[in-house]
Amino acid sequence: MPDGQNANGIGSSVKRKEDFRFLTGQGRYTDDINRSGQTYAYMLRSNQAHAKISVDTTAAKSADGVVAIFTGDDMDVGSIPCGWQVDSTDGTPMREPAHPPLAKGVVRYVGDQIAVVIAESLQQAQDAAEMINVTYDSLPAMVDMRSALKGDTLVHSDLDSNVVYDWDIGDPDEIDAILASAHHVTEMDIRNNRLVPNPMETRAAIGDYDRAHDSYTLYTTSQNPHVIRLLMGAFVLSIPEHKLRVVAPDVGGGFGSKIYHYAEEAIVTWASQQVRRPVKWTSGRSEAFLSDAHGRDHITKAKLAMDADGNFLALKVETLANMGAYLSTFATAVPTYLYATLLAGVYTTPAIHCNVKAIFTNTVPVDAYRGAGRPEATYLLERLVDRAAREMGMSQTDIRRKNFIQPDAFPYQTPVALQYDSGDYGATLDSAMKMADVDGIEARRAESAKKGKYRGIGYSTYVEACGIAPSAVVGSLGARAGLFECAEVRVHPTGSVTIFTGSHSHGQGHETTFAQLVVERLGIDIDQIEISHGDTGNIPFGMGTYGSRSLAVGGEAIVRAMDKVIDKAKKIAAHIMEASEADVTFENGSFTVAGTDKSMAFGEVALAAYVPHNFPHEELEPGLDEKAFYDPTNFTYPGGTHICEVEIDPTTGVVEVVNFAAVDDVGRVINPMIVEGQIHGGLAQGIGQALLENCVYDENGQLVSGSYMDYTMPRADNMPNFKVGQQSTLCTHNTLGVKGCGEVGAIGSPPAVINAVVDALAELGVTDIEMPATPEKVWRAINDARAQAAE
Amino acid sequence: MTTVSLNLNGKVVSADVPDNTLLVSFIRETMSLTGTHVGCDTSQCGACVVHVNGESVKSCTMLAAMADGADVTTIEGIADGDTMHPMQQAFHENHGLQCGYCTPGMVMSAIELVNKNSNPSEQEVREGLEGNICRCTGYHNIVKSVQAAAQNMGG
Ligand code: FES
Ligand code: FES
Repeated sequence: MPDGQNANGIGSSVKRKEDFRFLTGQGRYTDDINRSGQTYAYMLRSNQAHAKISVDTTAAKSADGVVAIFTGDDMDVGSIPCGWQVDSTDGTPMREPAHPPLAKGVVRYVGDQIAVVIAESLQQAQDAAEMINVTYDSLPAMVDMRSALKGDTLVHSDLDSNVVYDWDIGDPDEIDAILASAHHVTEMDIRNNRLVPNPMETRAAIGDYDRAHDSYTLYTTSQNPHVIRLLMGAFVLSIPEHKLRVVAPDVGGGFGSKIYHYAEEAIVTWASQQVRRPVKWTSGRSEAFLSDAHGRDHITKAKLAMDADGNFLALKVETLANMGAYLSTFATAVPTYLYATLLAGVYTTPAIHCNVKAIFTNTVPVDAYRGAGRPEATYLLERLVDRAAREMGMSQTDIRRKNFIQPDAFPYQTPVALQYDSGDYGATLDSAMKMADVDGIEARRAESAKKGKYRGIGYSTYVEACGIAPSAVVGSLGARAGLFECAEVRVHPTGSVTIFTGSHSHGQGHETTFAQLVVERLGIDIDQIEISHGDTGNIPFGMGTYGSRSLAVGGEAIVRAMDKVIDKAKKIAAHIMEASEADVTFENGSFTVAGTDKSMAFGEVALAAYVPHNFPHEELEPGLDEKAFYDPTNFTYPGGTHICEVEIDPTTGVVEVVNFAAVDDVGRVINPMIVEGQIHGGLAQGIGQALLENCVYDENGQLVSGSYMDYTMPRADNMPNFKVGQQSTLCTHNTLGVKGCGEVGAIGSPPAVINAVVDALAELGVTDIEMPATPEKVWRAINDARAQAAE
Repeated sequence: MTTVSLNLNGKVVSADVPDNTLLVSFIRETMSLTGTHVGCDTSQCGACVVHVNGESVKSCTMLAAMADGADVTTIEGIADGDTMHPMQQAFHENHGLQCGYCTPGMVMSAIELVNKNSNPSEQEVREGLEGNICRCTGYHNIVKSVQAAAQNMGG
């Protein structure tokens, strides 16, 4: 599909159609919805990380305003499922414990749901919850992954181990032989810090049972309402799809944390049937810290073998990945299929082995957070390559260019399962270096030195796999669902169009970007197009938005449905214009008969489809409304270069990001303004991970960083102005040529930041600093290095 | 219970609410103006910012009773009919919002910022919005929006 001439078509920075309602306070988020007769739910949560519990609700039940109180004993339903089965290399099936929505006899993390109190007001529900008597019989808490691996105490006493799986990709013996004989091996221990996603809208859910139709509606803050309908309906509550409608209205950010089916959704839906009234639950922020799935949390040992010229020969990686206390929807796929398969990065490393042990701990479940596995892989690779360059005495760019997969090598089969379709890593590196004014760094470093500060520059050249993705491939990898997308293009009699998409927008601007696809293809005015999403009652089907898949999978489905519309419309136009279908062409919104001046506007054909007086009835049904399911043949592979420049004040340890240049290859860009916005947001989360954010538990499993007082969110004055550019190669396996842009910022940026910090402090002998590089850590690193030098 | 009467977006409203009702709950629940959002429980995110007698206030930190008799303006009250306030317009033109959740608070804080400093530098905008968290935009386009609005608001 070519970049069109249309002002609102592909390639144009159309201002967002959705802005008006958000800017005028008319967005409609889940907590803005109130159902008549509604009750309020309050979740009583465990204050211990691991304990046997007995619960007495007698007194609380008679408190003012209480409608009902339920515990795990009352709620006899199915288990919250994990969506992905990853077995151990030796064939042992994934250890998969039962996950009841309300704890049954044992709590396994601080925040685990013990009881739900339903009352006339939230205040009454809260007050009654305080009257519930919970007796905790404490068990040792497994907080640290290494102790959990030893398995002194089992997080799930009905399982034989705290190891979810012990999984490998690649041949360990082959790699060990290469490591043993290589010219040089660079080794690192790397921690990828645990994060809390923190979309600004906390989760909320309203269950609404309709006795008249024996059907349920769930309003929820979800990135994928159909997936919730499937997981909750089929596995937890046994409600068939035709009796369950899931609505995810305006959603205030997700970043992965709103993909999963959460206990509270099942609790309010089930409870609304019990009490025969709508039940509303809205998470507080502190509650969100204790109940939203966390992200990252890997500990890794990595070794990179090189020959004397710095060519990469082999990579060996051993990772412990924290799963928390239960397996969340995507959790098991993150450190395997979204991480280990990316360990070739942008390099031609011929041999790779990765072992991953996923570990149960007495902490909140961990799952995908913006980038999911790919930031962890990229951080590991780019820190390792940075270190390797220093150890080999090579420049950061030489070592990378020497090992890049070259532009003529695509499609490129990596040794870890993926086949990259396109890319030009040298080109994004060149552009980013110009944008970052790399040539001037030594002069700037000298300037900083004059002020008594250290300045450094760090590189990250990355590729990621997104647009997830081919159902057959993910199925063979253990996914229990397909990962296609669905779209319906409904042309109305007057020629306006409603698109029903299974993708879900929670900040991404689909109402605009998807409309641009329609403008481009159907040649109609952008005001004639409505994008509908987020309601299983309207949308035929959908797999939702995550893994940067909306445009590459959902957008492509829209294009395919539009092609069906055009095919049918051509037949109608040919009939009316008394021409052969082969002679009818469609361009700029008009059907014309070749070699004649006969033509029909799109709207005229639409009207003929719904007022079929003169219509090819033998051949076609009336109406113009088409649907497409699109299942791609491969992932997409965005890549690029991020270059970060920092200045460090040794008296305070504060790291200031003074320059950040990102040149990304996201394939064809539909709306450059929106793409840049996505990249800005990703960069802020990546820089946040590198410098500010850290989720910390104490040894008893209490969450220490449980609010904005203790968990440092990036604020406006922590962030630089970003320099962002695109240098695209097109995806070869979708007609749009698009790759995806939602996660690249968060994937590429953290190692660029830390590499810059290490570069700044290299002259002191500092070789590593753990994320987040807080002022305290940096100050200590500087002072330790200086003390050592003085010895 | 206490009776709270105030001037909300130019209209006098009055309701009996429990004494401990926060201004944000009065606005969102009692008055059903859901444009003002709640993003935290520690007064740190700024999603709830409204103007009380022209000053921006985190409405989760104030009891409704304390606003008795005050002029309160929320995100719903700043446009002129269908014509958005220059700050709203600037956020639209500069893509200063994504999911829209922080946006009402951000816009209300930004208006006060520009009212007090008609030509803020990038650094002044960043520091001035330090009390408002946005998880989506990375702030880049918010800063651009506020500076653009400052120009249009006569700075
Ligand atoms: S709700 Fe976060 S500051 Fe008011
Ligand atoms: S636009 Fe989503 S939090 Fe700011």
